[in-house]
Amino acid sequence: MKPAPFEYERPESLGEAVGLLAEHGEEAKLLAGGQSLVPLLALRLASPSVLIDLNGVRELDHLRLEGDRLAIGAMTRHRDVEEMAELRTRCPMLVEGVSLIGHVTIRNRGTVGGSLAHADPAAEWPSLVLALEGEIDATGPEGVRTIPAEEFFETYFTTALAPDEIVSEVRLRIPESPRVGSCFLELARRHGDFALAGVGALLELDSSGSITDARVTLIGVRDRAVRSSGAESVLVGARPDAEVFAEAAEAIDPEIEPVSDIHGTSEYRRHLAKVLVRRALALATERAGGV
Amino acid sequence: MADRRPITLRVNGQELSGSAEPRMTLADFLRDELGLTGTHLGCEHGVCGACTVLMDGRSVRSCLMFAVQAEGHELTTVEGLAAPDGSLSPLQEAFSTNHALQCGFCTPGFLIAVTEYLAEGAPGVDDEATLRARLSGNLCRCTGYQNIVTAVRDAAERMRRSP
Ligand code: FES
Ligand code: FES
Repeated sequence: MKPAPFEYERPESLGEAVGLLAEHGEEAKLLAGGQSLVPLLALRLASPSVLIDLNGVRELDHLRLEGDRLAIGAMTRHRDVEEMAELRTRCPMLVEGVSLIGHVTIRNRGTVGGSLAHADPAAEWPSLVLALEGEIDATGPEGVRTIPAEEFFETYFTTALAPDEIVSEVRLRIPESPRVGSCFLELARRHGDFALAGVGALLELDSSGSITDARVTLIGVRDRAVRSSGAESVLVGARPDAEVFAEAAEAIDPEIEPVSDIHGTSEYRRHLAKVLVRRALALATERAGGV
Repeated sequence: MADRRPITLRVNGQELSGSAEPRMTLADFLRDELGLTGTHLGCEHGVCGACTVLMDGRSVRSCLMFAVQAEGHELTTVEGLAAPDGSLSPLQEAFSTNHALQCGFCTPGFLIAVTEYLAEGAPGVDDEATLRARLSGNLCRCTGYQNIVTAVRDAAERMRRSP
């Protein structure tokens, strides 16, 4: 349980970090919060010869809400997002999703950028970024490139990041209307474990109570987080009721491919995802001031 | 691999220094270089919480950090919880009176994690599910957790009475 030897670099600016990554290439790994990487090193499932520690790069640690844009620096800790008071009422989906990551001790250290770049298909952040129309800045030797969330996550632990790029910031749109309601629900075998399945839902209602905007995202049921356009198209324009929620839940069928493992079968996960979609839509509706 | 780095940090209010290879975890550094063996190592890969310490007031798993990363930071380990005269903190008292430990292996991690929780004002301490969720980052193989839950409540109550 001891990592293999490595060279340790601690850049103090993003430019310096990009330079080190270009210099060391495939030999190097970026160290963010370390809550996924360090166990891999300890178990020697990874043994990079160089670790580039981003914890000294101050410019990557920022969190700002301006109007409806939330800008999150890549080295922002999960706990800082969880504790941002404005978000509790404005976007419960975000706060609830983040507070389901591991345990407090892990959220104190784990970072938003690290979670996005790691791209675990059962992780919460990728789905939150998909639901909130996120865009991700990747900084490399050529400068900054902005990648929409839908193009960022490719498959298991694989993103659109080039080997010489570093996630530097993610920006989300946090809807401002009082007629917006959202939530995040998931089921895990034990508190803090990765979810068997999880669902983020956000609904906006008009003055007559019909749905004008809908986001439904899922985790743990495919090789990456999924935003369900099938469920969303059932919802938009409809009245929020149990029948519509059930129809939306059925519409996720072609979009998910859950696998069977020791924690649950594929059929069970599919069933669970649908139950969670129905529950999440009901709760989001209640929070949007609907029935 | 003689690439040892000098490290200076504050632990329990005292400035301490030592040196470590970059791959040495903070937990091993505390135990083997600084002789602070109160911080325990159960799993060494971020599962059990036994190695929890406070860094700049926040709980972290010291097996998931390298010692070089703690340079210049302020740490609290279990050795720093009692007063200088040896009198126990309200949380330590509560663990003792409520029999919240058997073998004691997990105890330093619990004490540190709960110290952070109490410093936040112990939100949700009266709700069993909330409290258990909060404690879920630390594993105990002996107690069945019930007495730990009782002790945390007792500590929150003691602190409410005499803050
Ligand atoms: S020893 Fe660090 S979490 Fe188990
Ligand atoms: S008291 Fe023995 S592991 Fe907790």
